[in-house]
Amino acid sequence: MVKFLKRFYLCLIFIFLYAPILVLIVYSFNESKSRGHWGGFTLKWYGELFRDRDIIKALYYTFLVALLSSIISTIIGTFSAIGIHNMGLFGKNFALNINYLPVLNPDIVTGVALMTLFISVNMRLGFLTMLISHTVFNIPYVILSVLPKLKQMNKHMTEAALDLGATPAYALRKVVIPEIMPGVITGALIAFTLSIDDFVISFFNTGSGVTNLSILVYSMAKRGVKPSINALTTLMLITVVILLLLINKRTTKGDELLP
Amino acid sequence: MKNKAKYLAYPYIVWMAIFIVIPLLLVLIYSLTAGNVNDPSSLSFSVESYTRVFDVMYLKVIWKSFKLAIISTVFCLVLGYPVALIISNVKAKYKSILLMFFLVPIWMNFLLRTYAWMAILSPNGFLNRVLSLLGLPTLSIMPGQTAVVLGMIYNFLPFMVLPIYTSLSKINRNVLEAAMDLGANNFITFLKVILPLTVPGIISGITMVFMPAVSTFVISQLLGGGKELLIGNLIEQQFTVQRDWHFGSALSIILMIMILISMAVMSKVDNDNGNGGAPTW
Repeated sequence: MVKFLKRFYLCLIFIFLYAPILVLIVYSFNESKSRGHWGGFTLKWYGELFRDRDIIKALYYTFLVALLSSIISTIIGTFSAIGIHNMGLFGKNFALNINYLPVLNPDIVTGVALMTLFISVNMRLGFLTMLISHTVFNIPYVILSVLPKLKQMNKHMTEAALDLGATPAYALRKVVIPEIMPGVITGALIAFTLSIDDFVISFFNTGSGVTNLSILVYSMAKRGVKPSINALTTLMLITVVILLLLINKRTTKGDELLP
Repeated sequence: MKNKAKYLAYPYIVWMAIFIVIPLLLVLIYSLTAGNVNDPSSLSFSVESYTRVFDVMYLKVIWKSFKLAIISTVFCLVLGYPVALIISNVKAKYKSILLMFFLVPIWMNFLLRTYAWMAILSPNGFLNRVLSLLGLPTLSIMPGQTAVVLGMIYNFLPFMVLPIYTSLSKINRNVLEAAMDLGANNFITFLKVILPLTVPGIISGITMVFMPAVSTFVISQLLGGGKELLIGNLIEQQFTVQRDWHFGSALSIILMIMILISMAVMSKVDNDNGNGGAPTW
């Protein structure tokens, strides 16, 4: 009985989580343009999706900004984490507290604060300001995922490398970086996901016709959504499920290899 | 090495000063001044933006933001705790797949998820089509507060489940067996052992749901149809439509202070429970 109740409850929650997505998927096959009316089965919205210049452009900027900002923030974040790790107690706490601000502040405050900065120095809002703002909120997450790995590292390893004649740069490349790699990869993935999903910070810090997917959906939701957005939802769901299944398969295999 | 490696952080310290500290200082300065923002020499000290907030109209908006955020946080906790508990108790081989399917929706775009609820709840949306096909009376939840709360619960529920799940999976199984051996039944074990051990997870969950809920402007704009204004909408309007940076900045500072106070209260609850502070993610 208890087992049944548990399953029933979990089912209800899963229905709640998936119902909205499934509704959009159903509408993506709807011949009729209006949401309330079923006009028969069609695949035409999938064709329209790839011909829609606004959507393709928004997708292009979403991925470009996510890719660039996650690469930049991973590089800056990793080196800064190594630096912060080696600072004195006072400097370390000071740097970490400021680093926490974009994490703890509501997105909207980070967003408008950066916007006031860009406008105050007469920077034109557009691609560059969006890229900078994404990098600003991504770096703290990279630092926070690299720092624990640095703490776990045996500190004598670097010293040993230096004693054995490695230059600091060589020790960094051959000893420190490989040790903290899992943290660096986690950080890069968090940065990429945050950037790809961001709306609020991009909304305030872009302009000149540069939009991302979130901004496009927001402006469409206010004026009227093209049915090709429903088709995009279906494709995104399929991509996410395939990606997660692959990751899941790899990690379970990895578990089996462990003694 | 130790002394030299710290220099690696110096460029980032300059970066933080430019992109984190200065922007927040600008917001603070604009909140405490009046005048034309495009002409720095016209700015003069003024607390007018803060006194404007005490208008009944704005106080109502702030109160509503708090009310809706608290309601959604409570719902997320009540709905999410059992989910975390059930998932943490299933067989190991189903656990990862169950957790994965729980996380799929949050990997979908946040705006698309909110738009999906519009497609369901709008007056001629999916729900009302189904209801009228079945010959039942149609509902008008959207636009309205119910729709906004529903949207918040939907979007933020995983942020409640994940930290609770993490703290549940850290519990040592032997502790539970010990409680059972000492004569506690399932319910007492839950109340006296499991629940106290998951307080840090609950606190992280509450913070991670409450923060985005109290500061959102997207959910209230889309599901509230522009009628259910929250503090986030006020800030957004000041910066994009009204162009009143002084008032917008004052509202941002007030939002920051309110969140800081809420977080301080939460961490006090956490400490009173005898647990160290848990990171918020």
